Amino acid sequence: MKKLIITTAALALLGGAAAAQDVVRMGTEGAYPPWNFINDNGEVDGFERELGDELCERAGLTCEWVVNDWDTIIPNLVSGNFDVIIAGMSVTEARAEVIAFSTEYYPPTPSAYVGLTPDADINGVVAAQVATIQAGFIAESDATLLEFSTPDETVAAVRSGEADVVFADFDYLLPLVEASGGELSFVGDRVPLGGGVALGLRQSDVDLLEAFNTAIASVAEDGTLAELQARWFAEDSVQ
Amino acid sequence: MFGFCTDPASLDSTRWMLCYLTTPKHMNLYYAFGTVLLLLAITAPVSLAFGFGGAILARSRIAPLSWLGKGYIAIVRGVPDIAFFLFFVIALDQAFEWVLHQIRCPDWDQPIRQGSDFIVCAAAKLPQNNAPQYVHDTYAFLVAVLTFSIVFGAFAGNVLFGAMRAVPRAQIETAEAYGMTQGQVFRRIIVPQMWVYALPGLSNLWMVLIKATPLLFLLGIRDIVFWARELGATQTPRFTAFPHGDWRMWYFLFLLVFYLAFTRVSEVVLERIMRRLSHGQATAAGEAQRRAAA
Repeated sequence: MKKLIITTAALALLGGAAAAQDVVRMGTEGAYPPWNFINDNGEVDGFERELGDELCERAGLTCEWVVNDWDTIIPNLVSGNFDVIIAGMSVTEARAEVIAFSTEYYPPTPSAYVGLTPDADINGVVAAQVATIQAGFIAESDATLLEFSTPDETVAAVRSGEADVVFADFDYLLPLVEASGGELSFVGDRVPLGGGVALGLRQSDVDLLEAFNTAIASVAEDGTLAELQARWFAEDSVQ
Repeated sequence: MFGFCTDPASLDSTRWMLCYLTTPKHMNLYYAFGTVLLLLAITAPVSLAFGFGGAILARSRIAPLSWLGKGYIAIVRGVPDIAFFLFFVIALDQAFEWVLHQIRCPDWDQPIRQGSDFIVCAAAKLPQNNAPQYVHDTYAFLVAVLTFSIVFGAFAGNVLFGAMRAVPRAQIETAEAYGMTQGQVFRRIIVPQMWVYALPGLSNLWMVLIKATPLLFLLGIRDIVFWARELGATQTPRFTAFPHGDWRMWYFLFLLVFYLAFTRVSEVVLERIMRRLSHGQATAAGEAQRRAAA
């Protein structure tokens, strides 16, 4: 078995030089429905899967999907383990210093608080996913921030009473609140946060960025983008 | 997988569970067990080899070689595993790519480091960008094996270094009296006899190695811990045919049982090996066997 693996790897190293068609590797989190998640068939699914496939087709690229942890997604892009971040990532100044963003394919999305009761304390202990704009917002506020590496763990912390509320993207929380049968409820008003959502690329990949920007303009123009948004997101999610 | 799985919502709980546990997504968890076992099967002998090399170097009479061996053992043993894993994998990957870049793209004129980007020419990418996913997975796996082997090799090196010194001096003197060379003494006397002294330490290492496999998760390999967390997470009916609440506790409980069972089996096997190795040795255990037989 060991020999087999070494041989395979050796072949891959030697044979790879003969490039046939350009493959673009799309990195996503796979744990953030409806943006991206892993479906029952073990494949990446969601709004960004459909959008990404459409963009690749229009740009004439062959795309491959890669799942990567959220908190290491930027370092892995920068060191070249994949070529595009498509993971519901909001444009922020801090991120734009490290990576390049495409044209936005989703307008700024509101964030919301969810707790066990509608009057839960949003200034108490607030759960948020690490390295998100929501975590940044809570860190600046008076509330106590409790960070988790996956979005699911932030909601689980509210259910277990570890946190008073979770602060996350409204579109992520909505299906969870609906499915909870009254256990979870939104708390307070929605908070508009961050820029729009865009693809993240290496700053040196100028041509690829150009290709994706053209493709995004094309799906926005002929209504495909609006149709995808309507299918995956709640009607009133965009403010 | 089963014919009746097309409409999970209508099923009774046993069949629902059966369907749930056999979705293609769930299969990933079972494959991940294979990944972990394969990692152990490859890492154990490779790190033993690293350790053996390190111990031989550390014993060397040539000072620079001895420093090299001792330095390897001391540095790797002294750095926390997690720091080593996070730093080393990125550094190793970039080092490979840098070397390939020098070989394959000698006339590349742009800098390799542009801001925070690490850019080598396309031909030097590891693995190739357009390689199929399994090649990427295999590469990540091999880097993980190498990292585990270097870390555990240092510990094994220390154990073997001590074991080689524990072989009774009388045995070595007798061999020398028979006119054996240094190499012959090493091959015929020290190596065959050192295992009985090394085994308690090595068996400890094996246990630690088993328990360290969840670190694979840190290396971006989707191992059993990743899938336990992913599958155990709350699933809403909108995105799956098998909605359920937070089941992470059950998944992690299963992992706990798996690791306990695995280490228990290892203990039994190692116990047997120890008994066999002690046979005829000038140790307390070997002496006890001799008495019992007499």
